[in-house]
Amino acid sequence: MADVTMLDAINMGLRTEMSADSSVVLLGQDIGINGGVFRATAGLQNTFGKQRVIDTPLSETLIAGMSIGMAAEGLKPVAEIQFMGFIYATFDQIINHASRLRNRTRGRLTCPLVLRAPFGGGIHAPEHHSESTEALFAHIPGLRVVIPSSPSRAYGLLLAAIRDPDPVIFLEPKRIYRMVKQQVQDNAEALPLDVCFVLTEGNDVTLVSWGAMIHETLAAAEQLATNGINAEVIDVATIKPLDMNTILESVAKTGHCVIIHEAAKTCGVGAEIAAQLAELGLMSLFAPVERVTGFDTVMPLFKLEQNYMPSVARIIAAVTRSLKDA
Amino acid sequence: MNETVKVSRKQPHKTFSPTYKSCHCVAKFNIKHYKMLDYEGNLLVTNIPEIANNKQQLIKLYQAMVSTRLFDKKATLLQRRGQLGTYASSLGQEAIGATIGCLMHDEDVLFNYYREYAAQFMRGVKMSEILLYWGGNEQGMNFQKARHDFPICVPIASQVPQAVGAAYAMQLRKQQRVAVCVLGDGATSKGDFYEAINAAGIWNLPIVFVINNNRWAISLPQDKQTHAQTLAQKAIAAGIAGEQVDGNDIIALYCRLKKAIEKARSADGATIIEALTYRLCDHTTADDASHYRNQQEVQENWLFEPINRLKCYLIKQGYWSETDEEKLYIQSQEEVEIAVKEYLNTPAQKPESMFDYLYETLPDTLVEQRYSVMVKEPK
Repeated sequence: MADVTMLDAINMGLRTEMSADSSVVLLGQDIGINGGVFRATAGLQNTFGKQRVIDTPLSETLIAGMSIGMAAEGLKPVAEIQFMGFIYATFDQIINHASRLRNRTRGRLTCPLVLRAPFGGGIHAPEHHSESTEALFAHIPGLRVVIPSSPSRAYGLLLAAIRDPDPVIFLEPKRIYRMVKQQVQDNAEALPLDVCFVLTEGNDVTLVSWGAMIHETLAAAEQLATNGINAEVIDVATIKPLDMNTILESVAKTGHCVIIHEAAKTCGVGAEIAAQLAELGLMSLFAPVERVTGFDTVMPLFKLEQNYMPSVARIIAAVTRSLKDA
Repeated sequence: MNETVKVSRKQPHKTFSPTYKSCHCVAKFNIKHYKMLDYEGNLLVTNIPEIANNKQQLIKLYQAMVSTRLFDKKATLLQRRGQLGTYASSLGQEAIGATIGCLMHDEDVLFNYYREYAAQFMRGVKMSEILLYWGGNEQGMNFQKARHDFPICVPIASQVPQAVGAAYAMQLRKQQRVAVCVLGDGATSKGDFYEAINAAGIWNLPIVFVINNNRWAISLPQDKQTHAQTLAQKAIAAGIAGEQVDGNDIIALYCRLKKAIEKARSADGATIIEALTYRLCDHTTADDASHYRNQQEVQENWLFEPINRLKCYLIKQGYWSETDEEKLYIQSQEEVEIAVKEYLNTPAQKPESMFDYLYETLPDTLVEQRYSVMVKEPK
């Protein structure tokens, strides 16, 4: 078993599922002969042919709309939007149709599609290539929004997303596409959706995060451990629907919670988690919930992006604030 | 009758051929308009199409148009009485739906926006289902027949890329099926439409796009919608066939749509048919067209409406009598009344039903919300 990157794991997952299920098709821009701008679909057109690995014209609305028509007709489309900055053209299709086709036909038609898109900052990309706007989708009833944070979770969650009978927005933190290598067994085993993953256990503070920020969060936890503070790190993974039980159980144990995400603060998914903690876990908390997030600014061009993104230092500062009276 | 002109084109890369002159024509197009029956029911063509002598089929089309018109009238009345929500009528445009419904196979898939009821009825959708939908009950789109057809599509043009996806799935699976997508004139100004027809051209998909050009997109007349001479010519940009048909002339519509559907079914590519008609009604029951439209224009267009036109032809052919007419109206009215009863007698869905079709399995996070709206039985 070789060490693989998240991109390798995604490619492996797609290949495995396409081999197992002939109804799985891929579509998107430059995904065929070019293998995708990040190479996530490299070699798949060669194996599965041009009809199942479809190079579409430069039309995001088409990609999303087509996927709905395909899904209702019994295919399992896995569509790629090249960057999340270009996903907004799909909103009409995703919000007005994909998320509600089952509901508006009372189960007569369904929409088992996966919309993949790389997102987030940190790779010195051009304008419109670095935003984290997952909360826009998390707000929409009928969708699942899934964000992996490691090669093995990318593999297992992607398989689960493709097998899920409902639409899944699968957002890939591109900063860590090639950052970490990990052993991933190509065993066709999916990971569960709709649940958080507890990455490290600890009794002093709960750190809740997802996507690329998991790495800063884990690094912060490691530093805190050297000071005798044991953090419990939770990877939310499925931000919609949100598994609050795991978070609440952890906070019941630690009494302190810091939420870390790259997206802007206001109405981010962290706000929902904090609100639910206030509703359901207030009596467990010894200190106010802290949020370490991107700012409520336009995502800066790359000269300033490091100032925008939450850092290990900001996470540790937040934990320190939370624990100051403990 | 002229056949569709094949689009002549030269590949773009040849633009750089050294043999080319500084200015030359690289592509030429034209758009044909088809009309066979004048408004008094006289055939305008000498080469008589088969459908013009097919009494049974013509009567079937006529019946579909008449019952749709009676349905429309009743639905509008129900709305005025407060027994139905906002309703979009198809008054004057019934020929388009009837032709589509008549020519599609059961296994084909219809992507309707919200006017082609005649097509839906002919495909087995119940009148009561359409009433349920506009009456605020989602069960209306859970068609008991035409199970593959897409539900009514309100966001303009958004059904067009979906139809392309369905056509792609049919082609991939080597099925002899066709997607038929109906849209209005306003929809042709939307990007969704361009993206979709462009893709249909690239992949040579089994699909027919029918534009119901009723000349008005709510308050916007066609000359404010586009500077293009026709909507059919938008096909040219996508490299697919495009033509204009008198959409109130059911014989021309039948001939041209039949050809387009057969073309799609035999893997010969997509077609846009622009069916020219006129919206004799308001946009919906929530609209008052007198704010923006000259009443005289409406009156003038009544002369060209499709039902009377076909009736004149049927009578001239000896296929139809006033007795038949009377019988048909009684029968159709009865059909409508039965549907209305069925609609009005359908119990409202339970409040918790709003949770029950969101996902295949209700996520744990929603269990409590669902429980909170449940009507508890009194103890």
